[in-house]
Formats: sequence, C-alpha cells, structure tokens
Amino acid sequence: MSSGAIARPLIKPEWALPSRGRVGMLSLIAAEAAIFTIFVVAYIFYIGKSLSGPMPKDVLELPIFNTVCLLSSSLTIHLAVRALRNAKVGAFGLWWFVTIALGAIFLVGTAREWQRLIFEKGLTISTNLFGTTYYSLVGLHAFHVTAGLIFLAIGMIFTLLGKVKPEHSERAEIFSLYWHFVDAVWVIVFTVVYVVGR
Amino acid sequence: MKAARHEKEWGRVVGPVAGILILLAAVLLAASLCSAATGPAVPSIFKPESTPADSIYGLSLLVLAVTGIIFVIVFSLLAYVVTKFRRRASDGPEPPQVYGSNQIEIAWTVIPVLIVLVLFMATARVIHAIQDAREPKGAIEVTAIGHQFWWEFRYPGLGVVTANELHVPVSDPSHPTPTFLKLLSADTDHSFWVPRLAGKTDLIPNRVNKMWIDPHEVGVYVGQCAQYCGMQHAKMLLRVYVDSPEQFEQWIQEEKKPAQSSDAVNEGRRIFETTACINCHTISGTVADGRFGPDLTHLMSRDTIASGAAPNTPENLKTWIQDPEAIKPGSLMPAMKLNDHDLNALTAYLETLR
Amino acid sequence: MASETIALNLVDRGTRPIGDRLHDWVVTVDHKKLGILYILYALLFLVIGGIEATIIRIQLVVPHNHFVSPQVFNRMFTMHGTTMIFFVFMPMLFGFGTYLIPLMIGARDMAFPRLNAFSFWMTAFGGLLLYFSFIGGNGLYGAGNAPDVGWFAYAPLTSRAFSPGHSTDFWTLGLLVSGFGSIGTAVNFIATILCMRCPGMTLGKMPLLAWLNLVMAGMVILAVSPLTAAQIMLSIDRYLGAHFFDSQAGGSAVLWMHFFWIFGHPEVYILVIPAFAFVSEIIPVFSRKPIFGYPVMVAATVCIGFVSFSVWAHHMFTVGMTSYANSFFTITTMVVGVPTGIKIFNWIGTMWGGKIQFRAPMLFCVGFLFQFLTAGLTGIMLSASPFNWQLSNSYFVVAHFHYVLVGAILFTIFGAFYYWFPKITGRMYNETLAKWHFWLFLIGFHLTFDFMHIPGMLGMPRRIYTYEPGRGWEIWNLIVSIGVIFQIAGVLVFVFNLLRSLVKGETAGSDPWDAWTLEWSTSSPPPEYNFAKIPVVKSRRPLWDIKHPEDPDWKYE
Repeated sequence: MSSGAIARPLIKPEWALPSRGRVGMLSLIAAEAAIFTIFVVAYIFYIGKSLSGPMPKDVLELPIFNTVCLLSSSLTIHLAVRALRNAKVGAFGLWWFVTIALGAIFLVGTAREWQRLIFEKGLTISTNLFGTTYYSLVGLHAFHVTAGLIFLAIGMIFTLLGKVKPEHSERAEIFSLYWHFVDAVWVIVFTVVYVVGR
Repeated sequence: MKAARHEKEWGRVVGPVAGILILLAAVLLAASLCSAATGPAVPSIFKPESTPADSIYGLSLLVLAVTGIIFVIVFSLLAYVVTKFRRRASDGPEPPQVYGSNQIEIAWTVIPVLIVLVLFMATARVIHAIQDAREPKGAIEVTAIGHQFWWEFRYPGLGVVTANELHVPVSDPSHPTPTFLKLLSADTDHSFWVPRLAGKTDLIPNRVNKMWIDPHEVGVYVGQCAQYCGMQHAKMLLRVYVDSPEQFEQWIQEEKKPAQSSDAVNEGRRIFETTACINCHTISGTVADGRFGPDLTHLMSRDTIASGAAPNTPENLKTWIQDPEAIKPGSLMPAMKLNDHDLNALTAYLETLR
Repeated sequence: MASETIALNLVDRGTRPIGDRLHDWVVTVDHKKLGILYILYALLFLVIGGIEATIIRIQLVVPHNHFVSPQVFNRMFTMHGTTMIFFVFMPMLFGFGTYLIPLMIGARDMAFPRLNAFSFWMTAFGGLLLYFSFIGGNGLYGAGNAPDVGWFAYAPLTSRAFSPGHSTDFWTLGLLVSGFGSIGTAVNFIATILCMRCPGMTLGKMPLLAWLNLVMAGMVILAVSPLTAAQIMLSIDRYLGAHFFDSQAGGSAVLWMHFFWIFGHPEVYILVIPAFAFVSEIIPVFSRKPIFGYPVMVAATVCIGFVSFSVWAHHMFTVGMTSYANSFFTITTMVVGVPTGIKIFNWIGTMWGGKIQFRAPMLFCVGFLFQFLTAGLTGIMLSASPFNWQLSNSYFVVAHFHYVLVGAILFTIFGAFYYWFPKITGRMYNETLAKWHFWLFLIGFHLTFDFMHIPGMLGMPRRIYTYEPGRGWEIWNLIVSIGVIFQIAGVLVFVFNLLRSLVKGETAGSDPWDAWTLEWSTSSPPPEYNFAKIPVVKSRRPLWDIKHPEDPDWKYE
C-alpha cells in the first residue's frame, strides 16, 4: 500500500478494500481503451474506402520482429516486478532495463517503417483514408509506448540511484499494468491493420 | 427552530399552488396547440397533407395519448403525496420507516415494460411503412442538392433544373403520383423539412438519402433547412408548390424551355454574360453554365429570391445583386458592384427570364 | 458510531493576510476546498451562460429582429450550449461530489488528492481557453471569434474549408483539456468510493449519492474518451490534412455524428445521475423516511448506466439510417425510460406516508419530480422514430432537453445548494429569500420551457437567428422570451441569498436538518481532516442508529 496511508488503529483486520493505485490504474486503462476503440472503429469503417493512393496490401509488411520485441517486453517487465517482490533489486534493475530496450527497439522499428512508407511509398497521413487511419492509430499507440518508456526511464534512474526498495514492488506492478495494456493494444492494432485490413 | 411556524403556513399552500400552476400550464399548452395550428401558412405537424406526415400524425396521437395518461396518473400521485403527507404538527414522532416493497417494485417495472412493447410495435410499423415504401410507376423523381444556403432541384427524367421552390403534382390516392426525392449535399449537412408533407430527412455530403411525399391537396407548403449549415441556415427557406396535374404539366413545359431572348434587353444579357455572373449561375441557351449558384433560366417563375429570404421584386433583385449582405448577411452571393446603369440593364434582362 | 463531533473550528475569519489565504486556495489538494472551487467556477459560468441565453432570447423575441447579427447569434448558441454542459454542469456536479463523497463515506480525503487538484485546474483552464476565443479566434468565413459551429460541432462544418480561422480549434482544445480533467476526476471518484470507505460501510451500505457518483464516474471514463478521440481526429483533419471527416476524400460526416453521440448521450445521463443523487439524499430527510427501495434504486441506476450506451443514434434518426437501425434505437431509448421511471416511483414511495417539510431543498426536489416526469415523457415522444422525424432539430427538442437540464438538473442543484450550504459554510441561508428564488424561477421556467414546445410542433427549427412572420411562431417566442426575466430575477435572488447568508446567516450547527448520513456528524464547516476518528458504521443511516438506539436501521436492512 502506498506510504501515504491513513493510520487506522481501530480497524478490524477483516476490513480490507482494494488498493487505490490498482483501481485508479485500471480505471485509467478503461478510459484509454475507450479512446483506442474509437480509432480502431474508424480504421475498420474506412477499410477499402480510400478513393485513391496506396492500398494496405501494396505497402504494408508484417512487423514480426517489432511485435516479438514488444510482446516480450511484457514478459520482462513481469519478471522485473517478480524480482522486486522477492527483494532482488539487482535482477529487477536488469529486467527493467531489458524492457526499456525492447520498447525502444519497437519504437525505432516503427520509425523505420514510417520512413519507408513516407519516402518510398508516398503514404502520408493526408494521402488518403488509409493513410489517415493508419498513421493515427499506429501513432496513437506509439505515443502511448513513448509515454510508457518515459516512466520506465524514470524508474530506471531511481533504480540506478539506489532508491528503489522491495516495498515499492506494488507500485512497479501497478505501472506494469499500463505496460501490459499497451502491449494488448498492439495485439489488436496488429490484427486489425496488418491481418484483417490488408 | 425559527422556521417551524413559517413552514406550517407554507406547507398548506405549496402543494395546491404548485399543482394548480402546473396544471394551468398544461391546459394552456393543450389549448394553444389546438388553436395555434390554423392558417395555411402555419407549417404545423398536426395538419398533415401527405401520407408520411399522416402516418406520423397517427402515431403521434397514440404516443401523446399514452404519455398523456401516464402524465395524468403520476402527476396526480405526486400532487396527492405532496398534499396529504405534509407535516402538520411541528413535533411528533418520526413516521413509520418503510424500506421498500418487492411486489410494488415488480408491478411498476412490468407495467412500463408492457407499455414500451406496445409503443414500440406501433412505431416499428410506421418506420417500415415510410422508409421501405416502394416507388410506384407514376412517381416523379427529383434530386435535391443542398447548398449553403439554397436548394437545387433537378428533375432528371423531365430535363428540368430549378432552385428553392419545388413544384410537385398533387397525388390522387387512386392513381398515385408521389414525388420521390434523392437528397444530396454539395457542401455541409442540411435537412429538408416541410412539416405538413413529411418528417425531415438530412442532406449529407458523400451520402445519398431518400424520402417521398404524396400531397393530397393543392397549395403552397412552407418549410426550411433544419440542420445547422452555417451563417445563413436561418434563411435557407423552402416552398413546395403542389400543383394540379395540369398546372404541373404546364410548369414542366415552361421550365424545359431555354431562356427567352428579347432584343430589348440585349445590353443586360451582355452584362450578365461578361461579368462574373456566369461563373456561378446557369441560364440555359446562353454561355452561362455555372453550378455554384441557383439556375436562373426561369428566375421570374419564382415568388421569392435568395431561397425565400425576399420576395421576387425588381427592387429586391437590385438589392440582392448590389448588396446581398443587406438581405442575407453571410450568404455566398458576392456584391457585384455595378454602376446604376448596368444594374438597371441587368435587372431588366433578368426580369425577362420567365 | 465512533467519530466525535467535537472538532476544532479552524476557519479563521480574517486573521491571516489575504495573500496567504488566497495562496492556500490555489495550491490546495483538500477535497473540500477543491469542491468549493469547482462550484464557484461553475456558478460564474452559469451567469455567463445565462447572459448568452438572454441574448439569444432577445434576438428571437420578434421575427426579423436586429438585436445581434447572425454571426454573433451563432456564436451565442454555440457558446451557451458548450458552456452550460462542460463548464457549468460538469464542474458543478463534480464539485459537489468531490466535497461530499469523502465525508459521506467516512474518509479524510479523496484517493488521489493531487490528481483532484490537477483535474480541477485542467477543467478551469479548458474553460478559460474556450472563452479566450472571443479575443483570439476567427469563425466561419474568417469573420468572428468564438466558435459558431454548434455545441456538437458537426462535420464537415468544422473542416478547414467551412471554418477557417481558429474558432473551432478553441472549441476542440478547450474541451480536450477539460476532458482530461473530467477523466481524472472520474478515476478519483472510482478509487475513492471503492477503496476508502470506512469500516462497516460495504457497497450495500453506502449512501446513494456515493453509488450514483460511482456509476456516473464509470460512465465518464467510457463516454468522455470517445469525444477526446473524435476531437483528436478533428484536429488532425484540420492541421495535418487528414481525412477522417473529409467528404471530398471519401470521409464520412455521419462518422463524426456516431462518435459524438456515443459521448453525447451518456453525457446527459452523466449530468442527470448526480442530480438523482441529490434528490435521493434530500427527499428522505425531508420526508422523514428512508429511501424507498434502496437496492432497486442502485440496480436501476446501474441499468441506466449500461443501457444509455446503446441509445446514441436516437440523435441521428433523420440521417438516413436503415429502418432496422431506426427501430433498434427506438426500442433501446424506450427501454432506458423504464428504470428511469422506476426511480420516480421510488421517490414517490419515499414521500408516501412521510411527514414532508417544504423547506427550500425539498421545494426544489418536488419541482424536479414534476418536471422530470414531463421531460421523460417528451423524451418518450422523441424516441418514436417517425415522430422524431418531425420533432428533431426543432424547438420541441430544445424544450425537451432544457426541461431535463434546467427543470430537473438545475432545480436539484439549487436544492443541493440549500441543503448543504449550512454544512459547507457553517451558516444558515435565508428561507424567505430561498422561497422567492423558487417561485420566481419556477414561473420563469414554465413560461419559457412549457411554451417552447409549441413552435417546434409548428415547424420552427433550432439554431436560427431569426424566423419568418406569419408561421404562427411569434406569440410563443414572445412568451418564451418573457419567461427569461423571471428566471434572471430568481437567480439574482439566489446569488444575493448566498452572499448575504455567508456574512449574516445564523450559525447552522453540525446537523440543522436532523439528517442521517455521515457528513452531518462533523462540525459545520468540517475540519480539514474531516473526522477525528474514522467512523465505523453498521447501516445505511449511521446517524439514525445513534439517534434511535432502540430502533436502529441495521435491524431492518
């Protein structure tokens, strides 16, 4: 439980309520899921409706490597949190770092794909409906990965400064919920954009 | 508390007064509805003259009856509770503390559900009857295109193009000649609403909507755009002229003809053909073939200009050409800035476009 | 119940420098101060939104009036709607929730006090950004400043082609920013209600206000996000050349409508459910009985929460959807009326057999009951899709939704003001002035909004800056506009009452209404820490149990 807890000396031990960090994070994830849903709906609605320009099957390549990296980062963050819970701060730092690296590789991969699409294939956000929906959906996801990486980096800095202790494992776990959500969104984006939509 | 005495005298008065006020409002409302919907120029939804509007009217009577009964029952319950259970003495024990009753809850759940089912079934029937009606052989087909802030009407089968004032034949139930409209938009959303003839249907860019009317009575029916489309949404008015079959036939024949030409107005025609007018307007039989603004070939056959914003008089025409902002500020007609001589000549020419 | 009512009254009246006291308010994370900030902010914008409405009604009092130009009129109705929904009702209801929820569940603050402050300032900032448009933006055709695209900003009117300049962007960004604030508050409400209840207060024992705000917060999470998404799409269209709503490129104007109303319809339930919460607290106390059918009230609200997400396209009946789609949305809209009606019956059941005291809070709640009944019934009329084809986008709809927003929600807000004013300020308001407020406002409300239904039925569309004479609309518009005078008078009396009572009101004591929920066990105003000892509760009405130890609620619940 976070360190700001109110002292409640008279509580009967069986009065236990869920942790507010967890509930807060799950609520936030629900809100973000709703935002992504709208972008996914727009993507699906506009499949096949572009009036011109490059079509998905002409230009999209399956980003297998990127996907593997991102989804593995869910595993590594899980390992990091488990390590911290078992008081292995060193292992925590290591897995946390690997998570950042995998997330960064994913972003670099996305950047390279976009570079290819824009400069070689001539697909931008304003080219046609496919361009609009593709860049906005993948871009929104990449934005969330970036935000996650920033928080991961902050955690990394605190770890290197020696400030992270086993009692912080709950906080790390609550953050990891966000990261798992980002990965789950990618599964959906991947399916809709690269599998169904092509 | 000081408030106790105060409250006794209020308590006696509050319930009945509130009840009376509200009942008064309701009665006034009902009375005004019955009396207000008079006069042919009043586009009341309760004076339908075409099958879609008739069906809606019939459904509305059922809905109003059901909701009216519910209103009277619950209103009376409320009025009763508010008068009977006011606190009378300033002291006294608390009343019996009742926490709920399952039977009552079930009752007042089941009854509304049944009401909803009845209402829904009646409604679904009307939805299908109107939306899924088949177009019969004798139907007139019109394509309506919404513009900021005027209506374009094309009769593809009859070779006629006009604006703002729609002519349709009256439809005899034994030999129906309804008008089926295809609704398109050239710019933003609009909505075609002539209450006495049908419910409204929107005109949306990049989308084809359809509606139909089969007016029973000859006459003029007014309406206007009912979806906010910009600055002059308020003056995108509609007039539907329901003609007898002969009148309609005659109107069609006149509209099909190209513009009349008369040497007396050559100068006006020359001004028209050499200024920016031709960029936006069409006058068939001349070089003018712009589509941004209304077709002017038979301008003088219309009772109004600027989509109903002003009566079609020479004075108004001149004002419209020189200073459209005076009639319809924000409309897309530019001020032509002609000198007086040219303006008069041009107007004289336009006056010949019957 | 274990909490003591003794508390040090830490409100010092003027001993510290004003700068320090203002600084306290700016940096506060205390839910009570933030709640008051929300409420005051909303009250200010209520007045501003009211001025915008007054301008509209003066322009429409006679046909072909020249009080304001069409440009100004179109900005007025856009700003009036946007202001009232996002910068009056949302902050007002969030404010009351923020103030009351911790007190009512026996907690010392919200789950995330700093997020609470952040959410308030985001909302406040969003409003300021929107209003900055009066100075900084350019509207349709580059002429004008504040947004003039209507509060639902239909595409493609909002595209660069039809809305050059920045007025639409002020609408988009102002609401985007305050939308983040709303989501933050919703997260806070959910975490607080689920995680911070005092011992003994199971979900089945917490006050209805907490339950209803929980449902509302869940709805905010799921409904405001689609609006955020749509506004991001609109901004991308306007600035990056995207084509989400660009009909030239195959984009769909109807898609905006779907996205907007997926937000827009639950939004109106988001507004009305906290109003139900106030009524569910006030009516029992002034009828001297517990709420009738607590479990059913909870179930009905949860039902409304879910079903309200399935009705959105009843705002789009005229758009040309298939007859099957129209039928679907008709039935779902009718169905959502059932749990709503059940709540009205339960409130009547609460009053039945009671000993009703008609103090100001109760007067407003009784007004609410009559008016919400009517509003709900005109809603049923509108749910019948063919009837809707005549009535939508007309003054009938305007009358219907104002009946809900003003006749139901604003009335309960007034009731809530009077009910909790003694708790928040420690002073009692003046009952005579409050009754003047009620009657003046009631008369004005009915003059305006009863008669407003009629022009709608006679063919008068909404959002028109003027109208043609000879269509039978003149007399009704005149009456509607006259009603505004009484409403203004009522609101002036209200504001005067609040200010005067703040200074001169009698001391209220901790429990002036002889009520039963936990907030009445603290001093008025409550100390900063709310409760010296966290209470332990056994029933839904902890103070009833204390006051009636021979007959406590927990024996019967």
